[in-house]
Amino acid sequence: MSAPIITVENISKKYIIGQNLHGRGSRTFRDVFDHKLKRFFLRDGRKEKHENTIWALKDVSFEVQEGEVVGIIGRNGAGKSTLLKILSRITEPTKGKAILCGRVASLLEVGTGFNMELTGHENIYLNGAILGMRKSEIDRKFDDIVNFAEIEKFIYTPVKRYSSGMYLRLAFAVAAHLEPDILVIDEVLAVGDFAFQKKCLGKLENISHEGRTILFVSHNMAAVSALCSRGIVINEGKLEYDGQSKDAITYYFKHMIQSSKKSLELREDRSGNGKARFVDIHLEDINGEGVTSLWSGGNIRFRLTVLPFFPIVKPQFLLTIYSSTGQKLFHCSSLVVGLKNGTQGVIDKKTNVICDIDKLPLTPGEYYANIALYSQNDLVDHVEAAINISVQEGDYFGTGRIPNRESGIFLVQHEWFYQE
Amino acid sequence: MQNKIVIQPSRTFSTLHLKELWEYRELFFFLIWRDVKVRYKQTLLGVGWAIVRPIASMVVFTFVFNHLAGFSSEGVPYQLFTFAGILAWNFFSEGLTGASQSIISNSNLITKVYFPRLIIPSSAVLRGLVDFGVAFLICIGFMFYYSFNPGWQILLFPLSVIWGIIATLGVGLWFTAIGVKYRDIAHALPFVVQLLFWITPVGYSSARIPAKWEIIYWSNPMTGVIESFRYTLLGRAYLPTNLVLFSILVCTIIFVSGVVNFRRMEKEFADVI
Repeated sequence: MSAPIITVENISKKYIIGQNLHGRGSRTFRDVFDHKLKRFFLRDGRKEKHENTIWALKDVSFEVQEGEVVGIIGRNGAGKSTLLKILSRITEPTKGKAILCGRVASLLEVGTGFNMELTGHENIYLNGAILGMRKSEIDRKFDDIVNFAEIEKFIYTPVKRYSSGMYLRLAFAVAAHLEPDILVIDEVLAVGDFAFQKKCLGKLENISHEGRTILFVSHNMAAVSALCSRGIVINEGKLEYDGQSKDAITYYFKHMIQSSKKSLELREDRSGNGKARFVDIHLEDINGEGVTSLWSGGNIRFRLTVLPFFPIVKPQFLLTIYSSTGQKLFHCSSLVVGLKNGTQGVIDKKTNVICDIDKLPLTPGEYYANIALYSQNDLVDHVEAAINISVQEGDYFGTGRIPNRESGIFLVQHEWFYQE
Repeated sequence: MQNKIVIQPSRTFSTLHLKELWEYRELFFFLIWRDVKVRYKQTLLGVGWAIVRPIASMVVFTFVFNHLAGFSSEGVPYQLFTFAGILAWNFFSEGLTGASQSIISNSNLITKVYFPRLIIPSSAVLRGLVDFGVAFLICIGFMFYYSFNPGWQILLFPLSVIWGIIATLGVGLWFTAIGVKYRDIAHALPFVVQLLFWITPVGYSSARIPAKWEIIYWSNPMTGVIESFRYTLLGRAYLPTNLVLFSILVCTIIFVSGVVNFRRMEKEFADVI
C-alpha cells in the first residue's frame, strides 16, 4: 500500500475555559491583572487553572489513503469540528502531529468571506481567492460556476439583493469547483432546501469519483452512509471507532443508546439557556404503566418531566422522532397543536407533560427522539437522543398481516377498491 | 507528492514563511480590492471623501498653527508645508486604525479558512495607498497653485513612502496582535492616535524641539517619516543625519519585532476571537 495522504498522530487540543463563557479567550488587561493577583495570594492558583482546561481532542490518530472518503461522526461537542479546524490549519494542536500530502481545501462553511455589497461576479473572485484558487483558475471555471449556481441573470447584482437560495447556490458553486487533493467539509449540507442538498451531495459524489480524498463531518447519517466508504466515530475527544461507514453509524447509535441510559437529569451534552431542564422521560401506555417497547400501530405516551430553575413563561414542547440513521421523521409540537388542558402560562415547579401518539405509524426498528423546551421562542433546553424507541412488529392495519421493515419506515392507513 | 503540509505545535520563534506569503499574493490584492470597493459604497460623496479630508485638515491646521500660533514653515507656503505632513499622517493614522480592527472584522475568515494571517493587517494598511494617491495628486495640484518647484529630491519620494509603510505596518502589527487578545486596544487606540498627533511634526517643524528632548521626540517613528516627506517633496526639512539613522533604526526594530510578535500570537487568533 502506498504512503497515506493524511497521517494524524496523537493529535490533542486543549482549551482553557475562563469564567466568561461567551468570549472563550478574549480578555481585558484587568482580567489578567485580577488573575495574576489571585495566583499570588491564593496558593492553589495552579489548581484553579487545572480545572479550567478541557481536552477537546485527546490522542487522536488515524491514516487516510488517497481517494478514501471518510465520514467523521459524533455528537455535538465531541471534537469533530476541532479536528477539522486543526486539519485545515485554522487552529494549532496542543500536542501531536499531522501530515497532509497535497493541496488542501477546507469548507467549514459555505460563503466564507462573501461580501453583501459586492456583485455575484465580484464575490466569485473574492471567495475563490479566499478558498485558495488562483485568478487564472477562477477565470477558467467562471462559466461553470455561474451555470452550476443558476444565477446568470443576476451576476452583476449585489449579493445583498439575492434570495437566500441563490446566495447558497452561488456560495456552494464556488466551493464545489475547487480542485484540491484533500477536501475537508463540515456540515455544509445542513443548510438549504432539499433540492439544494441533493445537488450538493451529487457534486460531492462526483468529486469523490474523481479520486479525491474527502473528510466529511455531518449529522446527516444518510449522507454519510451514501457518500463515505469509511467512518470514524469521535466521542469526548477520543477516536472510538474506525471502520466501514455502515458499521461506524451502527456503533454511533449504539453509543447514543448508552448515553440515553445515563440519567437525563445528569446529561451535560445539552443546549439552551438552562433556565429549566428535562430531568426525566418515560414511555408509558395509556394507563400510565411504564413500557420498554412498543409496536407498530400501538398507542404510545411520552411522559416528560421538567424542572424549572426560573419560572418558564409560555412553555412550548417539541419532541422530534428520528430514524436510527439520523433522518428526521416527524415532530410533535405543542405550539402547533396546543396544550390540551392548559393555557398554563408559567411553569414554576417540577411538572410532568404528556405527549400522546395514537396509532404509531412506524415500521419495526430502532428510533430515537430529541426533546426541546422553548419559552417565548427562546430555547430553554434541548437534548439529543433523549430516549430510544424500539418498535416491534404490530398489526397496524388490523388485518392480521404484520408489516415489516421492508414496507418502508412509515405506515399510512389506506384503502384499495375497484371503481364501480 | 508536490507539497507536504506538516501540522504540529509551533515553536516560539517560527520562520517567516515568506514563500507562503508570496503564494497568497493574489488573496492579498483581492482583499485590498474588496476594501477599496466596499469602502465608499452607500456614501454620498464617495471617493470625494479622499479629497475632502486632507484639504479640510490643511485649512484648519493653517488657521490654528500658522495664523493663531504663528508657527513658521521654513520659507515654503505654510499650506504646502502642513500638507506634506498630513499626507503621511493620514496614511499612518488610517492604516493603524484599520489594521487594529482588521482581524476582528474579518473574524469570519480567520475562524473558517487558513491563509497567512499577516495578509489581513497588511492589506488593511496598504489599502490606504489609494486615498494616499488621491491626496498626493492634490498635493501636486497645490504645488502648481503656489508655483512651487520641487527639487531633484522628489525622485527620492518613493523611498519616503516605503519608510512610511514600514513604520505604519510595524506599529500596526503590534496593535493588531495585542488587540485580538485584549480588547482594551479598541478603547485605547483613538486616544493614542490623538496624542501621537501632537508629538508628530504635522503642523510644525521638528526643528522647534529642544535638543535635550530630540531623542525622545525622534523615537516616534512618524517624526522621521514626515520630515523625509518634507525633504523629498519640498526640499526643505530638519533632517540631522544621526537622528535620521536613529529613526530608521527605531522603525526597523518596531517592524521586525512587530512581525515576529504577530507570528507568535497568530496561532491563537482562531481560538480567541
